[in-house]
Amino acid sequence: MSKALLNINNLKVSFFTPAGEVKAINDISIRMEEGDVLGIVGESGSGKSVTAYSIMGLIPYPGKIVNGTIEFNGHNIHEMAEKELQNIRGNEVSIIFQDPMTSLNPVYTVGNQIQEALFLHTNMDKQRAYQRSLELLNLVGINEPEKRLKQYPHELSGGMRQRVMIAIALACEPKLLIADEPTTALDVTIQAQIIELMMELKKKINMSIIVITHDLGIVASMCDKIAVMYAGKIVESGTIDDIFYSPQHEYTKGLLKSIPKLNKKEHEKLVPIKGVPVDMLNPPAGCPFAPRCDSCMKICLKRMPEYTNISDDHKCACWLLQKKEYEAATGGER
Amino acid sequence: MGGYIIKRVASAIITIFAVATITFFLMFLVPGGPFLAEKAPTPQTIEALEKKYGLDQPVVVQYANYMKRLIFKLDLGTSLKKRGQEINDIIRVRFPVSARLGAISVCTAICLGIPLGSIAALNREKWLDRTIMAISTVGNAIPSFVVATVLMYVCGVVLRILPTFGLTSPAHYILPVISLSFYPTAYISRLTRTSMLDVLGQDYMRTAKAKGLSQFKSLFKHALRNAVLPVVTYLGPLLAFIMTGNFVVERIFTIPGLGSEFISSITDRDYPLIMGTTIFLATLLIILNVFVDIAYKIIDPRIKLK
Repeated sequence: MSKALLNINNLKVSFFTPAGEVKAINDISIRMEEGDVLGIVGESGSGKSVTAYSIMGLIPYPGKIVNGTIEFNGHNIHEMAEKELQNIRGNEVSIIFQDPMTSLNPVYTVGNQIQEALFLHTNMDKQRAYQRSLELLNLVGINEPEKRLKQYPHELSGGMRQRVMIAIALACEPKLLIADEPTTALDVTIQAQIIELMMELKKKINMSIIVITHDLGIVASMCDKIAVMYAGKIVESGTIDDIFYSPQHEYTKGLLKSIPKLNKKEHEKLVPIKGVPVDMLNPPAGCPFAPRCDSCMKICLKRMPEYTNISDDHKCACWLLQKKEYEAATGGER
Repeated sequence: MGGYIIKRVASAIITIFAVATITFFLMFLVPGGPFLAEKAPTPQTIEALEKKYGLDQPVVVQYANYMKRLIFKLDLGTSLKKRGQEINDIIRVRFPVSARLGAISVCTAICLGIPLGSIAALNREKWLDRTIMAISTVGNAIPSFVVATVLMYVCGVVLRILPTFGLTSPAHYILPVISLSFYPTAYISRLTRTSMLDVLGQDYMRTAKAKGLSQFKSLFKHALRNAVLPVVTYLGPLLAFIMTGNFVVERIFTIPGLGSEFISSITDRDYPLIMGTTIFLATLLIILNVFVDIAYKIIDPRIKLK
């Protein structure tokens, strides 16, 4: 196994709100090698974005890391001071946000906002930074870069702004790019372009990518590995083939059933996942998905299952698998 | 930009014309006259004086004469009370005094209000925020003449630490400036707090942090410029406030500015002086508002001046 670029171990992040502690991330572990593209999938509020922010040391107030470690590129993110984190952000790890319409500051030119990152992390003079920002705009496929540098965000379209965001993120050639729902706010045609662009850039500058999304289509077209999150836990993780062709967790299966497929019959209905997402203030004692799960057993409501290793990469936390294992081991006795 | 300025100049001329017209006729609706003093002159004298200044003619004729002189010669006439003094000269001497006081007050309000509001926003719901907001609520509620009177009594009469009339030394500015800038400082700090809180939650602030900017830098570069936009909008009304506030405050502190001249011109029924000061102040306000619009455009590139 090569050296891990990112190693998250037993991470717990909680938000201490007036109403009580919200365990946004509840004991997750992620490992990424250099060059990996990892997809984190899950519905709203499952802790995908908080995971991303944790890696950058950007957990918003009143959130805090309660337990666990984040090792990234030789740094221990979880115990770094703000000052040190600032040297890493935008430099070794960058992020692209969901909404390009609001993620750029309206009162500064595109050039100013790209060069800002360069001035922060490199010793470039003005001339060199200008050249570099031109290169970056070319790299992300924006035409007439000289003109764009002088323009303000409101003069660009949504797709263009997302390209500018990517240019900013790539300014210092990060080791890891986090894309937090990078295409959710864009037109479908633009979505495809942006994904293609990210994959191209990944090859060009050999970076790793974490894609956070609830769109399984994006995951299928970009990722090598997938982690499925539900209520602050990774319920299943594996390679793209593991997840798409032999999903083990009931939630993963549900997710896959709820997306349309071209090769299915015309009138076949999509199956939504029943019920409502977990109330994160009062999560259930056992598996968080249990109240919505068709195969729910007594134990599911009481205790969280351990991970079952299906293969080297494929892990899943579900009592059904534990039960199968148990039955296999004991010959069906209970 | 050129088209915008032409448009603004045209609308300014119409506005000033309307102000002049309305003031002129309103002025004559008010009973009394310039020559009715405690020691009233004989009716013959009054008649002679009125004839001399053309006040015996019908109001419409007087109006036509006045406007002719104003438009073709930019001449505001001579004062009726201060014999032989040109209104233009009075404004030339008096206005700088008021302008200096007003400018210092506006600067004070901005330089205190914006930092106070920002500090309050950054310490949201903590004691510092609550203290600043409590003071600013008080500031919002008390009119400048009350502030002026209280300050005058406390600092001038009881403590005897500050001069209370005239503007002959820097110390003389302290009380009038506090009286004039108290309300706007309170208002601006409130405005800044609200918009700062809004800006701090914006996505581009998160982007700034994600780039690796320090808290301080992202506040100064990314937050402040966006947060002051509402304050810039308020500058127009603020200037009008300072101008009218000046009338009262100058009176209270016996400052020889244009504001106190404006008030005495009304009580004196010094018709040309009323007209002169009104037209001058209206013009000034319009010009300042154009500058505010241009400043707005410079700070926020999304604004289009039309």
